[in-house]
Amino acid sequence: MVDDSKALFLQIAERIEDSIVDGHLAEEAQAPSTNELAAFYRINPATALKGIGLLVDKGVLYKQRGIGMFVASGARQALLKERRAAFSDTYLEPLVAEAHKLGLSADDLAALINQRFSERTAG
Amino acid sequence: MTKVVEVKDLTKRFGNTVALDEVSFNLEPNTIYGLLGRNGAGKTTLMSIITAQAFASSGKVQVFGEEPYENAGVLRRMCFMRDNQVYPDSSKPVHAFRIARLCFPNWNQALAERLVADFRLPVATPIKKLSRGQLSAVGAIIGLAARAEVTFFDEPYLGFDAAAREIFYDRLLEDYAEHPRTIVLSSHLIDEIANILERVIVLDNGRVILNDATDDLRDRAVVIRGDNTKVAAFTAGRAVIHRQALGALSAVTVLGHLTHQDRAALTANDLDVSPVTLQQLVVRATQAAAGTAADQGAAR
Repeated sequence: MVDDSKALFLQIAERIEDSIVDGHLAEEAQAPSTNELAAFYRINPATALKGIGLLVDKGVLYKQRGIGMFVASGARQALLKERRAAFSDTYLEPLVAEAHKLGLSADDLAALINQRFSERTAG
Repeated sequence: MTKVVEVKDLTKRFGNTVALDEVSFNLEPNTIYGLLGRNGAGKTTLMSIITAQAFASSGKVQVFGEEPYENAGVLRRMCFMRDNQVYPDSSKPVHAFRIARLCFPNWNQALAERLVADFRLPVATPIKKLSRGQLSAVGAIIGLAARAEVTFFDEPYLGFDAAAREIFYDRLLEDYAEHPRTIVLSSHLIDEIANILERVIVLDNGRVILNDATDDLRDRAVVIRGDNTKVAAFTAGRAVIHRQALGALSAVTVLGHLTHQDRAALTANDLDVSPVTLQQLVVRATQAAAGTAADQGAAR
């Protein structure tokens, strides 16, 4: 989910985290460089650097001098934990608010969720 | 912080018209700036004075710590590509590039040739016969291949189609990444270049009304939408820069960062909050500045 109200460097950091969470970027693999990110997202390299800096401070990425940025081991588990903690606020809150507006009960909502889950496992 | 360009209390008058009104700002090394504002805001005049192609009425400009006027040592480290750049009669792009190569010590011929291919520029056609887009390509190629320490692009993509603009942005970012320098982009296509800009300077009526990091501007203002009375209650006492109404709904643009309490109040009152794009912010800011000036005029 990309939120336009967020500063661009936060969005860049989130995209990198996304690739770590979904497994595209493995632990101990080399992360994209500032210049690669700048070129790919067509953004100022300083913005990309700020995004990477955030992930270094968080311990998600670490720097190998002269080589580049790498994904820390344990980063995926840490990110999953963080995202699960935020899940209720980020996704359930707006869902429940909209359901309430439309007159859907908690049971209606649960039925809809179950239906979606079974469609996904069937497909 | 070392500055590459220092502008202090710069004023330029044309007869009774004040084109620049005590403008002050600095340009730092290795930064991409957006110089934004409406037509006639003074952008081109400002760039002309910094590059010593026009004289100031008063105030001071220093480039690399020196006066730029008749200072060849400083001027060869700067490049100013105008939107209506004039080339000698009957010259061809290939001639223009040859002259540029002599003028700019950091000129990179390989980059120039690559850009010619990218833009599919016919280099042996007289410049007079080029289309508007091709003419802009000549300027874009010179401005990029010059690799000047300070480069000004004034509306670099007049007549460019979307594909040519993308080439320009991509090559600019690519070359900037390898050869950092100070680049000033003056453009009307604000949202298109917003992500490339590290800092933004907005001129309005010859004055600097914004001079900030692009990231800071991004959450400088928000639009609050919803029920008229609830919006009015929430925005009371805040700096409102724009209002719109549609029946029982209104959309109000307010300056200032929203706190957690603000966000909670918005959710509780069923009010929508959406970000303001850089373009909207610049438009609103210039409108608000015009409004203030009119108010002051009326008060006098």
